[in-house]
Amino acid sequence: MNFEAVIGLEVHAELKTKSKIFCSCTTRFGGEPNTHICPVCLGLPGSLPVINRRAIEYAIKAALALNCKIAPHSKFDRKNYYYPDLPKNYQISQYDLPLALDGYLEIELNGKTKRVRITRLHLEEDAGKLIHGGASISRADYSLVDYNRTGVPLIEIVSEPDMNSPEEARAYLDQLKAILQYTEVSDCKMQEGSLRCDANVSIRPRGSAELGTKTELKNMNSFKALQKALEYEIERQTEVLEENGTIIQETRTWDEREGVTLPLRSKEEAHDYRYFPEPDLVPLSIDRKRVEEIRAGLPELPQARKKRLIEDFKLPEYDAKVLTLSKHMAEYFDSCVKETGDAKLVSNWLMGDFSRLLNSRGMEVEDSPVPPKEMAFLLKLIKTNKISGKIGKKVLEEMFETGKGAQTIIRDKGMEQISDEKTLIPIIEKVLEVNAKTVEDYRKGKERALGFLVGQVMKKTKGKANPELVNKLLKDRL
Amino acid sequence: MGLYNYTIYELHEMLIKKETSSEELTRSIFQRIQKVDPYIRAYLTLAEEAALKSAKKIDKLLAAGDRVPPLAGIPMGLKDNICTSGIRTTCSSKMLENFIPPYNATVAGRLIENGAVLLGKLNMDEFAMGSSTENSRFFPTRNPWDLERVPGGSSGGSVAAVAAGEAIFTLGSDTGGSIRQPASFCGVVGMKPTYGRVSRYGLIAYASSLDQIGPITKDVTDCALVLNSIAGHDPLDSTSVDRDVPDYSSALVPEIKGLKIGIPQELFPEGMEKQVEELVRKAIEKLEEMGAVCEEVSLPHTPYALPAYYLVAPAEASSNLARYDGVRYGFRDKDAEDVVTMFMKTRSEGFGEEVKRRIMLGTYALSSGYYEAYYLKALKVRTLIRQDFDLVFKNYDVLVSPASPTVPFKFGEKSEDPLSMYKSDLCTIPINMAGLPAISVPCGFSEGLPVGLQFVGKPFDEETILRAAFAYEQNSGFHRPEPSLEVN
Ligand SMILES: [Zn+2]
Repeated sequence: MNFEAVIGLEVHAELKTKSKIFCSCTTRFGGEPNTHICPVCLGLPGSLPVINRRAIEYAIKAALALNCKIAPHSKFDRKNYYYPDLPKNYQISQYDLPLALDGYLEIELNGKTKRVRITRLHLEEDAGKLIHGGASISRADYSLVDYNRTGVPLIEIVSEPDMNSPEEARAYLDQLKAILQYTEVSDCKMQEGSLRCDANVSIRPRGSAELGTKTELKNMNSFKALQKALEYEIERQTEVLEENGTIIQETRTWDEREGVTLPLRSKEEAHDYRYFPEPDLVPLSIDRKRVEEIRAGLPELPQARKKRLIEDFKLPEYDAKVLTLSKHMAEYFDSCVKETGDAKLVSNWLMGDFSRLLNSRGMEVEDSPVPPKEMAFLLKLIKTNKISGKIGKKVLEEMFETGKGAQTIIRDKGMEQISDEKTLIPIIEKVLEVNAKTVEDYRKGKERALGFLVGQVMKKTKGKANPELVNKLLKDRL
Repeated sequence: MGLYNYTIYELHEMLIKKETSSEELTRSIFQRIQKVDPYIRAYLTLAEEAALKSAKKIDKLLAAGDRVPPLAGIPMGLKDNICTSGIRTTCSSKMLENFIPPYNATVAGRLIENGAVLLGKLNMDEFAMGSSTENSRFFPTRNPWDLERVPGGSSGGSVAAVAAGEAIFTLGSDTGGSIRQPASFCGVVGMKPTYGRVSRYGLIAYASSLDQIGPITKDVTDCALVLNSIAGHDPLDSTSVDRDVPDYSSALVPEIKGLKIGIPQELFPEGMEKQVEELVRKAIEKLEEMGAVCEEVSLPHTPYALPAYYLVAPAEASSNLARYDGVRYGFRDKDAEDVVTMFMKTRSEGFGEEVKRRIMLGTYALSSGYYEAYYLKALKVRTLIRQDFDLVFKNYDVLVSPASPTVPFKFGEKSEDPLSMYKSDLCTIPINMAGLPAISVPCGFSEGLPVGLQFVGKPFDEETILRAAFAYEQNSGFHRPEPSLEVN
């Protein structure tokens, strides 16, 4: 039978407010364990939460960028469960009256635009981190807890089950991340845990309107993992149904190493959270006027920016999309274009070597050791033939490695392009002399022989000769 | 007469006139504690060294001729669920037996800033759950009027200390009557302010939507003085209300002519002691004599207050007390081999019977499938109770009732029967459910045991109940009764 997948995502993003959601501790990532804490986020007896107004504003901003309606009245609730990384053994969250409802975002895949509806967006506090002295909490000899992250503001964004393939899910997450970055409410760094994603997935016969039994997938720590986990799970469910089995509604965890999803022990998931209104906080009333002010202050969002790149620079749609998915990349692109005036060149380099070097280091654009000014300087050298593209690659690698500027590297390593005829002519003549056979071939009409000769000159000059000039000088002499 | 017999305002005069010093006063209270506390057992922790240090600081200011606030140099005690920086705060629980808070509750901070001298921390029912202080995990406190009887609860240590002269004033907390019922039992003045009038920051929570801190004093004048320094908005407590704090002392005018007093028949519950009712009725006659207009009124939903309270309060408690798991502070069962067993053993041993009973009640009331039938319904009842009061307060300034349906009972008399113990708060619980201010003042004796009269006010109208209570106190002949505590 032909099945189709039905996927919904639950995304948690940490808000980048300076202080935590209910106390004034810093939200900075890292730090010695248990140094960003106070009686409130540690849940000491007698302490009380006080809402950080800035967190509400950030959440509203995100909700508006996701086309949600802001609820004029919402409230906080306690979600009760026992876990050692949760200092109060309840999480302050929002249950039946979330901050925002009914939004959507648009994804583009294979030239088609699809709208994915967003059910709700709400505010809550993050938990701490456990470090186990063993395989898991149940099998460890001991466990250590770091509460630095406890109380960092989170927004939870729940989508409708509107996605039908892992690629669509991936595109949704890409787009969501881009929007949260553009609005500057979250860093969305999956490797630091500031963006986390769970998925609900079921399958049904293609064309059927009924939903199948879903499973919940957890523990996907990267965009790639999300896609792989979904692919695996859809295949697993398909196999079960094809063998006339039944899907069990359960929570499954993605095992990155084995590349499989595994059921969590049912004991760990049998939760009754016993939600009830948080009595330590007063209900939230959102001022309409403030909402409109925030809406008016929203920045240009990724789709608008993409359109602009296509129109202004005639970039292909794909390039424009890749360059605008990250706000930092889009800004990086803009400043390089401003310096060099060559959008195509900038686009090629950013999507090519620059991205490759970032990825190999697991870095985001904003962490790049090469600032846009230096990158633009390098591209200008290439554009004006001061160095070749090939040398440019080497220089860029060196820049990533050492953090030094292009000029310094080129000078120190003597990498400057040789565009001086007086220097090149003796070398060329020597090459022609040594390779008399090849010269003969060329003259007989073997075009490829020219390439060999150019290569010989480049070899002699350690790649520094200006290839166009070499070409010209060779042809003059052949 | 010892220094411990005086009130705050009398001692303030004496300090200013240099008739005594804060150090002398503080030392004399510690002597009094040494003498009577072995019988009363009000204190869990004493802070003598720190107290004398603060007393000497005040004496220096006084010697320099500086103006000092009315509470400066006055020895006080705090219920042991009010966090005190560097001083053990136990909630009378094994769970927090060695817990030393790194911060002061807002009220503690305010009193200390006003120069009050902290003597120590006072016994209570574990986590403020109880009406007799028998639920303390350490020892029960005795009633200074009859050592074989309970002082009431849960603020039993706080009231007994004031009654026995072991502190000039104290603070208690009141979730369902925990200040007013024991104040009634021990013949002192106890007030629960409007919910939101006094900051709860640093009060170890029992039921967050009901808990409120209040003063326990020898008379109404002192009550106003203490309220003056603890009331007001606190940015650390979102439920504390940001509105002006009047000078409560200037409300103390002994004049109630024309004051409209409602007598809610439902607050004279079935099963209340005849003698108590008689004394309260007599007090009402007295109020009429003084010119107040007293009329019977009805609060039809208050009979449901007790069952609704025993859903709302335990539900909040089950969540508030979840944090005591042995991971970060407090008691931990050290033998457990895994984390779930550690949670279970720590909580089984760390909490006493009544606390566990209420955690289970509350967990059940919030469970899926029961939430609507229990917790949600209780919230609806709460709204109806509040509406009853709103309606009556359209026509009346103050309501009057007994503060407790009985006089103090004997140890063990009710501790085996939780329901009969719960009924001890029948007259007070509806007021917490509605968030209103109320005060209990002595109104006579039944066979030598004190009885308290409760005045209930409109939200944030502490002034009117203070005025009514003050007028009554000045005219009743029951101003500042003192137990003839014969100990040696
Ligand atoms: Zn904190």
